[in-house]
Amino acid sequence: MSEGIGAPVKRKEDKRFITGKGKYTDDIRMENQAYAAFVRSPHAHAHIQGIEASAAEGMSGVIAVLTGAQLTDDGIGNLICGWAISSKDGSPMNMGAWSALATGKVRYVGDAVAVVIAESKDEAQAAAEAVEVSYSELPVAASIAAALADGAPEIHENAPGNVIYDWELGDGDATEAALAGAAHVTEMDITNNRLAPNAMEPRSAVATYDDAEDHYTLYSTSQNPHVARLVLSAFYQVAPEHKLRVIAPDVGGGFGSKIYIYPEEIVCLWASMKTRRSVKWTAERTESFLTDAHGRDHVTRARMGFDADGRIVGFKVSTKANFGAYMSLFSSAVPTYLYATLLSGTYDIPAIHCEVLACYTNTVPVDAYRGAGRPEASFVVERLMETAAREMGKDPAELRRANFVREFPYQTQVIMNYDSGDFEGNMNQAMEAADWAGFAARKAEAANRGKLRGVGMACYIEACGIAPSAAVGSLGAGVGLWESAEVRVNPVGTIEVLTGSHSHGQGHETTFAQVVAERFGVPLDSIQIVHGDTDKVQFGMGTYGSRSGPVGISAIVKACDKVEVKVRKIAAHLLECDPDELVMEDSQVKVPGTNKALGWHEVGLAAYTAHNLPADMEPGLKEGAFYDPENFTFPMGCFIAEVEIDPGTGKTDVVKFVASDDFGVIINPMIVEGQVHGGIAQGVGQALLEEMVYDESGQPVSGSYMDYTMPRAEDVPSFVVEHHNTRCATNPLGIKGCGEAGAIGSPPAVINAITDAIGNNDISMPATSAKVWAAIRASGTGMAAE
Amino acid sequence: MTIVSMTVNGTAASADVEDRTLLVDYIREHLRLTGTHVGCDTSQCGTCVVHVDGKAVKSCTMLAAAAEGAEVTTIEGVANGELHPMQRAFNDNHGLQCGFCTPGMIMSGIDMVNRYKAAGRELDEAAIRHELEGNICRCTGYHNIVKSIAQAASEM
Repeated sequence: MSEGIGAPVKRKEDKRFITGKGKYTDDIRMENQAYAAFVRSPHAHAHIQGIEASAAEGMSGVIAVLTGAQLTDDGIGNLICGWAISSKDGSPMNMGAWSALATGKVRYVGDAVAVVIAESKDEAQAAAEAVEVSYSELPVAASIAAALADGAPEIHENAPGNVIYDWELGDGDATEAALAGAAHVTEMDITNNRLAPNAMEPRSAVATYDDAEDHYTLYSTSQNPHVARLVLSAFYQVAPEHKLRVIAPDVGGGFGSKIYIYPEEIVCLWASMKTRRSVKWTAERTESFLTDAHGRDHVTRARMGFDADGRIVGFKVSTKANFGAYMSLFSSAVPTYLYATLLSGTYDIPAIHCEVLACYTNTVPVDAYRGAGRPEASFVVERLMETAAREMGKDPAELRRANFVREFPYQTQVIMNYDSGDFEGNMNQAMEAADWAGFAARKAEAANRGKLRGVGMACYIEACGIAPSAAVGSLGAGVGLWESAEVRVNPVGTIEVLTGSHSHGQGHETTFAQVVAERFGVPLDSIQIVHGDTDKVQFGMGTYGSRSGPVGISAIVKACDKVEVKVRKIAAHLLECDPDELVMEDSQVKVPGTNKALGWHEVGLAAYTAHNLPADMEPGLKEGAFYDPENFTFPMGCFIAEVEIDPGTGKTDVVKFVASDDFGVIINPMIVEGQVHGGIAQGVGQALLEEMVYDESGQPVSGSYMDYTMPRAEDVPSFVVEHHNTRCATNPLGIKGCGEAGAIGSPPAVINAITDAIGNNDISMPATSAKVWAAIRASGTGMAAE
Repeated sequence: MTIVSMTVNGTAASADVEDRTLLVDYIREHLRLTGTHVGCDTSQCGTCVVHVDGKAVKSCTMLAAAAEGAEVTTIEGVANGELHPMQRAFNDNHGLQCGFCTPGMIMSGIDMVNRYKAAGRELDEAAIRHELEGNICRCTGYHNIVKSIAQAASEM
């Protein structure tokens, strides 16, 4: 079927976006709307001595100036981290208090201290600048090293030494023994650079309090409006759940940064109640850099041991993770259960041990950003593999081939159980597409032009579709991670699918409809996907971790299963046949080879007229389902990057990039490839361009697009994206998920290519021209090329 | 306050605005044409691109008063009964995901093709990538945006 599973159907949602009719949160305008502007700390660490608001309160258009003391007096709760991680010694993590408006102390530049509500945005901003906050500055710890140093300033009084937890996974003794007996040990220090997510739509919120109903409505740039409602009501006590509607309309990208519930949404809701006005806030880009949760920021020492044949015998990883000034909603899970559990990579490793020390610093909170833990794991594993191959004089592809997991299910030493895959098949496909064998000739040709050419490979694996609720519950998660769906067949046969997943660029309105169209044999245009509104969809866990395919679609399939049972019963009753004889195709429900057929719409109508239904059957045709996955899914792939470097300037051009991914069953290859393209560009950005930089005093120095280098069209090539898919064994359609893969596999592929080109393995991300130039000088390769 | 008058998408528009009002705010807040977006505060991202007298302009970098008497076209004014070839090309080639940068990309794309055609220059992949210097996309990795503009260039 041309519109069903596997068809590259053009997106249904595109028309409103290409004609300027998309409806994003900042496009919402309520009657009686006022504007919020936040007063933010200019200091990374300081006591608040006093707040003088009288001048601001007297300014034109100002409705109110509100502070943390009032927020606390009104019983608004602190922000929380929803995943409890315990240290090695069993002690709970040290979660410091985070008030939506700071009281007592500020802990990062951008920490909100007060909010001005005014008639216009300009008036609100002008008054915010007139709020006088007196600070007493404190010593600052702006990096992991500074936070963990002896005598470091204490950021939260309940976190001695700024340590949040000191966690471990795996068998330390077995791993040390394996490394002690190894024929070769590769040891590396690796930094995973801090990134700003930079969805193109800045965060925004529009809150409205209805005092007649004691009811709140929040339009919000959220990836998971139901989780927002739950957290806002259950933990922050902003409003009871049944009195709070959260709508996430069109959302302009998320990449993780819009999972979390931030101070601004809390304050807008509360301020709306205080002022009896709708309150709108939209971040300026600089404010986004100052407040959106950042990603990555790990420092790692890793040792990988091999036997004389090149088989991995043990892998030891010690990581320090920067959490910023407060623990964001899912921050604790990122460097633990989303990171250490993927350290077996695509390889059969008999002993693994990982230690993670998480710490506070005087910087923006850090949480999940596209890939979340898995890019960091993939980078460590694939940099170690590449380096080990070079040290041992082995071909890096052959070293990987010799260590691949080959039989499934495969139980790793770090919790995960891989269900399926053909890792060597993906590597072979990528090597062929990249003309791996022809690289030497290309390198020689580049040298004739004075360029250093290098090739790098990465075989990533990730865990998606988070996850079995009981499993994550046993590991500390505060929520279940199922998904819900409802399938409503209308009396005229059109279908509405309500999903708890949220689309902010992923194309669910098309792909989810493709699944249902194929299932019932009806046109794609007869299906509407409904999402992003807690008044329409009962509950959902939202979209992150590449879970909308493996979990969200699985819930829809379960609901379709129930609808199909009822459709068969109704049609069999009307056609006087066996329900199992019926097929659904071409908008009919029919018995093949006979003239027994009903139009799909006739079944819908029969369900609602209820004039002639089977005995004891309820009227109507709608079913709901909750799907709780039985395992994570494990997308994997092999990426190959080729770079050319100008030895005179250090400028690196990615001249070829090949991806071969295993995503299981693919619903829409056009959309899947688009996800890979975007992920690769973000990964190339991490490898070459992007870094959120703080100086020693905790001032962000890359807080705008003038300073933070976003990948632009000239920074990336066109990509070659191929698939070698094996069906996921643990969900109904065999889907693995594809949203993060590109960002996970590409940084190690690019850095492996650069280090290959320059003959110097000592380079950190982002590999800027200056760093590459210096590394070339240090290794002497540049002289040779010139 | 200043009274500004211009033609927007073929319709005369006039309003009394603060002197400091940016063209993008005039378009979004006064005319309520919200297809033109604001993605940064430093004139880098290009989500606010419109056409002023036939040229692509970042409407966050121009005062509304500076457009006095101008012919302004926003994304809402591009389709003429049916989709513009550039709009159709973005749909054909999956040149958008979240859609936030898309209006600016389409406006820049149309301008780019017009300029190259007028100059008789070939708009190849390298030229498209170079010309997109002022438009940032975080979703697509530019791959399908480049394909979209190339398709439209062959049809316009």
